[in-house]
Amino acid sequence: MDYTTSLLQYLISGLTNGAIYALIALGFGIIYNATTIINFAQGEMVMLGALGAVTLYQIYPSLPVAFFGGVMVVTLVGLALERLALRPVRDQSPLVLIIITVGAAVFLQGVAMVIWGKEAYTLPPFSGGAPLRLFSATLLPQNLWVMGLVGLLVVLLEAFFRLTLVGKAMRACAYNPRAAQLVGIPVTRMVLISFGLAAALGAAAGILVAPLTLGVYDMGAMLGLKGFSAAILGGLGSSLGGVLGGLVIGVAESLASGLVSSGYRDVVAFLILLLVLFLRPQGILGGAR
Amino acid sequence: MRFRGLVNPWTLFALGVVLVRLLLRNDYHLTLINIIGIHTLLVVGLNLLMGYAGQISLGHAAFFGLGAYTSGIFTVSYGLNPWLALLLGLVVAGVAAFLIGIPALKLRGYYLAMATLGFGIIVYIILNQATWTGGPSGLSGIPSLSCWGFPLNTPGRLYFLIWLLLGVILLLSANLVDSRVGRALRALHESELAAQSLGVDTSRLKLLIFVWSALYAALAGSLYAHTLNFIAPSSFNFMFSIKLVTMVVVGGMASIWGSLLGAATLTILPELLAVFHDYEIIVFGGILMVVMIFLPRGLVRGLLDLWEYRRYKRLGGTFPVA
Repeated sequence: MDYTTSLLQYLISGLTNGAIYALIALGFGIIYNATTIINFAQGEMVMLGALGAVTLYQIYPSLPVAFFGGVMVVTLVGLALERLALRPVRDQSPLVLIIITVGAAVFLQGVAMVIWGKEAYTLPPFSGGAPLRLFSATLLPQNLWVMGLVGLLVVLLEAFFRLTLVGKAMRACAYNPRAAQLVGIPVTRMVLISFGLAAALGAAAGILVAPLTLGVYDMGAMLGLKGFSAAILGGLGSSLGGVLGGLVIGVAESLASGLVSSGYRDVVAFLILLLVLFLRPQGILGGAR
Repeated sequence: MRFRGLVNPWTLFALGVVLVRLLLRNDYHLTLINIIGIHTLLVVGLNLLMGYAGQISLGHAAFFGLGAYTSGIFTVSYGLNPWLALLLGLVVAGVAAFLIGIPALKLRGYYLAMATLGFGIIVYIILNQATWTGGPSGLSGIPSLSCWGFPLNTPGRLYFLIWLLLGVILLLSANLVDSRVGRALRALHESELAAQSLGVDTSRLKLLIFVWSALYAALAGSLYAHTLNFIAPSSFNFMFSIKLVTMVVVGGMASIWGSLLGAATLTILPELLAVFHDYEIIVFGGILMVVMIFLPRGLVRGLLDLWEYRRYKRLGGTFPVA
């Protein structure tokens, strides 16, 4: 395999993973905008989405049912998290909120371990497993599904925020919750919706990636933290930033694992995270804070 | 800090340490007690950061690991004296904390949590991947500490070193809390703005306390390496950082003795109860959520507050705001 071929190959896998990180990053951003909370349990929504879809597929082997069913179940988990664990303490210090979402992440991972055990589960690819050829590199149909569906979801999400009343209300809450309250927007409900929406996006990411990487009870932590690094890189709360951050981290990680060492692959996202925090804490597209 | 009479927490602590040593003869129990001492050291440091500076480290296991691995590598691969290796471990962890703390603590909010989280994962991956750390199978044959030629190579002998050191550290921490720095820290935790307006250099203070807590962690790490004579990366992962946070949460924020209680409880319970061991992550996650939702100042602290509150109400008085 010559140099350009392998580069192309790294780019394909990098963009695929990057798209997944982008989707997770968007979830972090939505919740941050609504509440200024960083929801460390976001990664577990990804895991629950993947494993939930696997189980639904075992019960009734239809991918669309598994996809939408998985997203719906996880959305409920996200709503429950906000309602039961975070709404009662919304006036507490950031320290308390961080501990609660970290606790929720660990708790959900433990519950998943009890339900699904420690083994890895497969979900069949969305359309066949025969690799396609792109110039001299190979491409799985699932890679295209991931990139295509993530693209579609990002567009839909943007349309939701720009065109619908609820979406506009959520943006108003992000700018200024008190002013939003004054013009009659039910801020509490918007916060709840943001948790549901973020959970749904996370679940979708998990179900999309499951055919490529298998679903395991402890997959959420790493994916969540990388999505979080992507959100910080792009600028927390900026949706374009989240997408950009995800793609940059995905490609950087794929290049590093191909050209330097695959063992240190997971370091890349966190090195980028530290660098961004040191050099430009507001992220690439974030405004001054 | 003043000593009130002969019966104060410190004499009770000293008495307890001697009594436990007299009562326990079994090496397994002594090792467990030694591990509790090491965990307490970690938890006191983290508690200073969380309870007094209002900041959280989600990668404290990394500083613990830096101490342990500096000790391990320099004694095993370079034949350095264990005490010197311990000092070197302090330097390494202190410098790392300083470098992370400078940028992260200038900013308000979540930045230290994020930076320590990223740092913790990086350290863990390096410990696993590098050849000079022994990789996933770890580092064995770490020599024991010795005192003027007297080897501290049994749990019984180490017991006194660890608990004596812990006593000194606890005393030091209690003094720090009652000093000018301590008062400034409490002001900082109540309101950063108010503290600033009174002339407290808040970001420097937070940096100081963060580095301080990392030093405790590194000391604990070196002791851990020389106690078990074997270390592996799995002892220094993200989950361990979370366990430390849980110990602080159980013991209560800003409580020195609570740290001992939290560390002891959460170290002993998994050994005693198989259920606790098997469902460890559910239990730890559950404790974190439930305690923080209902008693944001921590379990023991919160229960004490509740008890005080009820006592005051019964006496018909008003409850003094803490």
